[in-house]
Amino acid sequence: MSGVETGEAVAFFLLAPLSVIGALGMVMARNAVHSALWLVLTMLSLGVFYIVQAGPFIGMVQIIVYTGAIMMLFLFVLMLVGRDASDSVIETLRGQRVVAIVLGVGLAGLLGLGTYRATQGLAVTGLDEANKAGNVQGLARLIFTNYVFAFEVTSALLITAAVGAMILAHVERRRGERVGQAAKMRERFLPGNYPGPKAGPGVYATSTSVATPAKLPDGSPAPRSISPILPTRELTAAEKANKHTEGR
Amino acid sequence: MNPTLADFGKDVWWIVLIKIVAVFVFLVVMTLFTIWYERRVVARMQVRPGPNRHGPFGLLQSLADGLKLAFKEDIMPLKADRVVFFLAPVISTVCAFTAFAIMPFGPFVSIFGQRTPLQLTDIPVAVLLVLATSGLGIYGIVLSGWASGSTYPLLGGLRSSAQMISYEVAMGLSIVAVFMSAGTMSTSEIVTKQADSNWYAILLLPSFVIYAISAVGETNRAPFDLPEAESELVGGFHTEYSSLKFALFFLAEYINMVTVSGLAVTLFLGGWRMPFLPDWLNQGWWGALWFTIKVLILLFMFVWLRGTLPRLRYDQFMKFGWKVLIPANLVWILVLAGVKTVNAHAPQQRWYWIGGAFALVLLAAIFWPSKKDSPKPTLEQEVAARPAGSFPVPPLDLQVPVSPRAQRITAEREVV
Repeated sequence: MSGVETGEAVAFFLLAPLSVIGALGMVMARNAVHSALWLVLTMLSLGVFYIVQAGPFIGMVQIIVYTGAIMMLFLFVLMLVGRDASDSVIETLRGQRVVAIVLGVGLAGLLGLGTYRATQGLAVTGLDEANKAGNVQGLARLIFTNYVFAFEVTSALLITAAVGAMILAHVERRRGERVGQAAKMRERFLPGNYPGPKAGPGVYATSTSVATPAKLPDGSPAPRSISPILPTRELTAAEKANKHTEGR
Repeated sequence: MNPTLADFGKDVWWIVLIKIVAVFVFLVVMTLFTIWYERRVVARMQVRPGPNRHGPFGLLQSLADGLKLAFKEDIMPLKADRVVFFLAPVISTVCAFTAFAIMPFGPFVSIFGQRTPLQLTDIPVAVLLVLATSGLGIYGIVLSGWASGSTYPLLGGLRSSAQMISYEVAMGLSIVAVFMSAGTMSTSEIVTKQADSNWYAILLLPSFVIYAISAVGETNRAPFDLPEAESELVGGFHTEYSSLKFALFFLAEYINMVTVSGLAVTLFLGGWRMPFLPDWLNQGWWGALWFTIKVLILLFMFVWLRGTLPRLRYDQFMKFGWKVLIPANLVWILVLAGVKTVNAHAPQQRWYWIGGAFALVLLAAIFWPSKKDSPKPTLEQEVAARPAGSFPVPPLDLQVPVSPRAQRITAEREVV
């Protein structure tokens, strides 16, 4: 190995274990969000690797696009799953681990072999030659000349996916059906509708239980102060006990 | 002598160390100062004195607040995810500090006999580094919201991730025009390019306006401070945080303000150079002074916005980002690219090309089919359409009889 500087070697030996740990952690973590965070660590290390190997643009793009945008969207969805939704240890598909390991190793072998075959006997121009006009400029020239078709096809694919997602999530409304802010406001003040905020459960109640209704000025219970999902039941003695709010 | 990319990465290790410490100290002092500055300016706008007890003009108020915050009890919520809860403010702060590494404070200076650019470092993709760190900084906010294990922080975290990702797109697109004009992504070279032509805030005004708006959205400042909208979300993502961890979020927010202001100065406002000054005032350490003054002016804008505008509604805010800022930006980039291409390939006939494109747009605008609005109901129809039992309104042709007293007053006035 010639031409490896000390800084490069130090960066590699610091980050290579970290990225492997991240990958392992991604697989092993029980919690989905933790899993995503381990993957972020791996992607971040990969980004730094690209930068160390004199590809600053691809490294920054890796960090912005993969860790900044894609993993963030993953996290966005995972967060909604809830804090305690950890993976169950029970296998739902019999023998899926063995199959997964075999297929994973097979895919890795296939990709490695394919890359090996493709790069066999390739004329190497060297980094100085490739980065002669600057890393970003060299990359831009290649993308917009030799590979412009592949680049455009990829972008068309991504846009198609985005438009498809929008169509799936889109709710078609006719012009008349759309309810604007002004219409909502008018609806709020229609007769029969109470426009103010409802009293919170137990706020004006005499006990600490949320099942105790608030009292109206004439002493009768206010039915609106109790959430409709609470079942009707007899209050216990502790719940009935007075909060001593009379100010005696 | 302007620094170029080749001048970086050659410093002695202790120079690098000095620069790192200097950037760190600059950011912390700027944070302390900005908090005081903001409170004083807002107070002035609201006709009250603001903090004026600790130190001259109350300058030490934020230092005292920071110390007090550090000695407060550190509360760990029972349902929190301990590791992530601790990690979130650290991520926020580290990313905030890292972004400032590429800010050019000035040209070459001499530090203990070593000639070095007044900038920690510069790389060919320096501006992308700021975008990358701000993208990672979102993790701090999102994770704090999730790890707190309660509802308000979760909602605040979700809101902020959606908001910051949306506005980062607009911000990144507005920077594209600068890259196209400067032909480089390195901050020191962008500053040099602006000295040769003009400030990009003037040449690329639409980009600057969009950058300024999206910078406010990106830093979660009023009027775009929806992730911590008190009236809806209590404190937003940092509701459960206390003590030093809260202080770290506070620090990160103010550093981010300084960073986006610094980036605006570097990309659009000529960097550390001040116009209309003799050459000797635009050299050496003077650059740092001009840079700081420009940043402080931009920070004043932040405070001014906060003191003036009410908070936006969330859906309006997102609609504004995606349906106004981003399309406007794309159209502007297209126009700029077209002008640059015409300039490069056919400079003689450029007015024909530009005029032709303009005429095409004009024709399209003239012949665009207009939306037909349904006829507006008259007042009588609207009144008739009101549901039964509505609040009684007087009849439209109601004749209000004139009060006899009013008649007398007019009569008296006529007499006088």
